[in-house]
Amino acid sequence: MFNTIATILWKDLKIEWRTREAISAAFVFSVLVLVIFNFALDLNTTEARRLGAGFFWVAFAFAGVLALNRSFALEKQDGCVRALLLSPADRGGIYAGKFLANVIFMLITQLLVLPLFIVFFDVAVTGGFGILLLVFLLGSIGFSAVGTLFSAVAANTRMRELMLPILLLPVSIPLLIAAVETTAYALGAETEVSMWFKLLVVYDVVFVTTCFLSFEYVMEE
Amino acid sequence: MNEKNMSKNRVYNIALLAIVIVMMAIAHYMIFFYAPIEREMGIVQKIFYYHVPLAWNSFLAFGVVFFASFRYLATRDRKWDIRALAAAEVGVLYTTLVLITGPIWAKPVWGIWWTWDARLTLTLVLWLIYVAYLMLRHYVDNPEKRATLAAVVGIVGFVDVPLVYFAIRWWRTQHPQPVIAGGDDSGLDPMMRTTLYFCFFTFLALFHLLYRRRVAVEQLTDEVEHLNAGEAE
Repeated sequence: MFNTIATILWKDLKIEWRTREAISAAFVFSVLVLVIFNFALDLNTTEARRLGAGFFWVAFAFAGVLALNRSFALEKQDGCVRALLLSPADRGGIYAGKFLANVIFMLITQLLVLPLFIVFFDVAVTGGFGILLLVFLLGSIGFSAVGTLFSAVAANTRMRELMLPILLLPVSIPLLIAAVETTAYALGAETEVSMWFKLLVVYDVVFVTTCFLSFEYVMEE
Repeated sequence: MNEKNMSKNRVYNIALLAIVIVMMAIAHYMIFFYAPIEREMGIVQKIFYYHVPLAWNSFLAFGVVFFASFRYLATRDRKWDIRALAAAEVGVLYTTLVLITGPIWAKPVWGIWWTWDARLTLTLVLWLIYVAYLMLRHYVDNPEKRATLAAVVGIVGFVDVPLVYFAIRWWRTQHPQPVIAGGDDSGLDPMMRTTLYFCFFTFLALFHLLYRRRVAVEQLTDEVEHLNAGEAE
């Protein structure tokens, strides 16, 4: 099982290293969302500081969908999925490998967007950089847990690219609310933050388990 | 299905239809003549007897989707897939009605069409999740694949419900919200309560009727497809 996870993870990372498609697309898309928000709302500095956390996660949610869509569309090409299924690889291992790869892609995207976000919206990470990193990690885990499963589901439908956001975004609402609140705290807002962290952790645990267990049903021919 | 079963079914369906019609008539009598007119909200408050029972029933319907999805993955029996589909459709219909009656009620009472109140928002999110569920079913051609994928989404979606609820509740307590006069359950008049419960059971009976009809339609579709496939050979 750990072998499978490592192999799948390594494969996805290698593909990404060579093509740089998922991360670059997600990065450019996030930047575009931030720029468009700026034009659409024409914010002054105070407003931008107050609303920044929300913008960041909106950009990230849409960019994340973009990257996740590729996760299984890639496997569908040239019948790679069938080969994976024919191999004695454990289904849970396939899920875990792809899930970890997606978590890494998302973290990298977030870290790339962060400096631009700080510059554009003139925010300061007064609540602590460590807290912000923790939020990024917990947010990426939750979003990828459901996202990886739904990416596999969407890859089986007739309108792949459209199905993923429609399935994923409503289910991610609790995660996004908690992520926005905790990010706002890291950016210096005074909120009661401990329960939001608890919610992030609970969301991650619940969905990593549920999605891990249901993945084998999605991956049958 | 054999002859005897079919006629039994038909009797049950007609009886059920009759029960729903009678209950609907009684419910409307209770709503407009038995239950007192609310002192502050006036006649508008009557929409409460549709809004709340529909919401309760839709939660119940989504519970049925979850259970049937679970059973489908365990048994791979098409009957559970059909049950999940029928319950999801009734659930989406009911939540749609909740989301329509909500603003109609809110506008004259609170002065606004929509408020991001915990229960209202939960209903909206549920609607989004189960509309996605129905769309997914629509876009998968292979029936077995469709049933399996839908079951997975039916389970994941339902697991999300408590998390959505707590997230929105906590979110609400932090952000200011409009003052809401006379919350749903605050000191409800006994006559109003009786009416409310009766309406709940009326919409439950309607749910049962719609659900049975939807299951029957889907079974007929299966049968037609089966016959067509036989003819093609």
